[in-house]
Amino acid sequence: MKILVCISHVPDTTSKINFTDDNTKFDTNGVQFVINPNDEFGLTRAMWFKEKQGATVDIVNVGGPETEPTLRKALAIGADTAIRIDTEALDGFQVAKELSAVAKEGNYDLIIAGRESIDYNGGMVPGMLANLIDASFVNTCISLEVEGDTATATREIDGGKETVSAKLPLVIGGQKGLVEESDLRIPNMRGIMMARKKPLTVKEPSGASVETAAVSFEKPAPKGEVKLIDPENLDQLIDLLHNEAKAI
Amino acid sequence: MSVLVYTESEEGKFKKTAYEVVSYARGIADMMGTTVTAVAFNADETASLGTYGADKVMHVKNDKLGKFNANAYAAALTQAAKQESAKVIVVSSSANAKYLAPLLAIDLEAGYASNVVALPESESPFKVKRTAFTNKAFNHTEIKTDVKIVGLSKNSFGLKESQKEASEEGFEPGLDDKHFNIEVKSVDKAKDKVTIADAEIVVSGGRGLKGPENWGMIEEMADILGAATACSKPVSDMGWRPHSEHVGQTGKPVASNLYIAIGISGAIQHLAGINASKTKVVINTDPEAPFFKAADYGIVGDAFDVVPRLNEKLKEFKANNS
Repeated sequence: MKILVCISHVPDTTSKINFTDDNTKFDTNGVQFVINPNDEFGLTRAMWFKEKQGATVDIVNVGGPETEPTLRKALAIGADTAIRIDTEALDGFQVAKELSAVAKEGNYDLIIAGRESIDYNGGMVPGMLANLIDASFVNTCISLEVEGDTATATREIDGGKETVSAKLPLVIGGQKGLVEESDLRIPNMRGIMMARKKPLTVKEPSGASVETAAVSFEKPAPKGEVKLIDPENLDQLIDLLHNEAKAI
Repeated sequence: MSVLVYTESEEGKFKKTAYEVVSYARGIADMMGTTVTAVAFNADETASLGTYGADKVMHVKNDKLGKFNANAYAAALTQAAKQESAKVIVVSSSANAKYLAPLLAIDLEAGYASNVVALPESESPFKVKRTAFTNKAFNHTEIKTDVKIVGLSKNSFGLKESQKEASEEGFEPGLDDKHFNIEVKSVDKAKDKVTIADAEIVVSGGRGLKGPENWGMIEEMADILGAATACSKPVSDMGWRPHSEHVGQTGKPVASNLYIAIGISGAIQHLAGINASKTKVVINTDPEAPFFKAADYGIVGDAFDVVPRLNEKLKEFKANNS
């Protein structure tokens, strides 16, 4: 089985979010970048397929050279080879289109992406990619097994879950549940040393067009002070929730 | 030219988000001087969509589409959009809508903006405001394509009535086997329980509750308020509560009217996931807990003392106000 894991390079979950250039660019100053958490659950599941079912695992990212440490980390976790498509993508469509070229060329059985990146939260790349390459698609995937040419996947739905069966090739939009948090791997020294020697191929972009443009950003208005309520005066809370917030 | 909207239903009954997306589509249609066409699947009472501004309902009645199927639903919406020459398609932010929207975007060569929180700021260029960085910022996005797909964030626009006579016409999309390449084996869905996605109110517990045996009072509060229960990440990681209850950056997003956090300190990842909620209440023993900076109302106190007394008061309130 040939697996491709799509890796997004995103600010760490605890990063302070600021913007520069008149609020048109994300301020990367002092920001630590990591593998997108939704992708990391998928990557870890891919390691399981590698170890238990002899799968090969390639990883791919659409981004500039600054994303390479993130790719090296994914290699240190155990991916076999890495591909970086050398362009600063401007929207999800462009990312999906660039990925589709790599996906077609590599003839993958299974392509694992995260349900969304935690920076732009577009949530569109996995589905667009699946449609572009005519593969089956399961979104918000929380468990995945493959036997022969058939995958059994569970997806999270509002208020529950649904188990489906799909023929390969398959693209999933994955998330926590594919593996548990405790299964995530911290690269060890041997992994890090080996990762240095693993191939990381830089590819020219195909020049995909852009459908949407992030014009500018703004931060939410600062929140007013919390209203503290005396624990001995719970009627006040109920009154505020009913009359002021109109929430109950 | 109409604005097309995907209205979700379950077992024939429209979801509240269906009325919200129709309300929103009405707003866009008024900006553009056009009409709203809703697409419904095996739904009852399609005329109810008129209350929120639908001029026409294209009703797909097809037993094969009794259960949601992203490919088939996307194909139906694509064909409906083409028939109507729709320039804007509005969908919700439900799990199903987010599943089909990217498929639809490719089929229609449409640009797609998800998590949109308001009517377009301008029609040309078509610019919308959406959340980004997991609710830590807003992003103004221009959709440049001829056909545009807008994914509306839950609870961001609300329901707006505008009486229209929604005329219903049957719509039979052309579907073949390739649209049914994903076969649903089983569905596991809690019955009679409010889901986090649909809930107006969410009651959420954290590590401060000390153990799974203490969740009775959380569930009681949820019962009283008709709320969904949720939990913080450590609580689901420790197995006190199911993963499906985990809300936060890597868990489920919450955009309820009221979010009550009990014994949750408010790590940045947790707050990011629940920030879209309108009113936030925190109950925590530690006055320094970061949640107090994010909340509207706070009680510094011990959950084991406060919550049972609050439940009694809420019961009384509900008895007098319903």
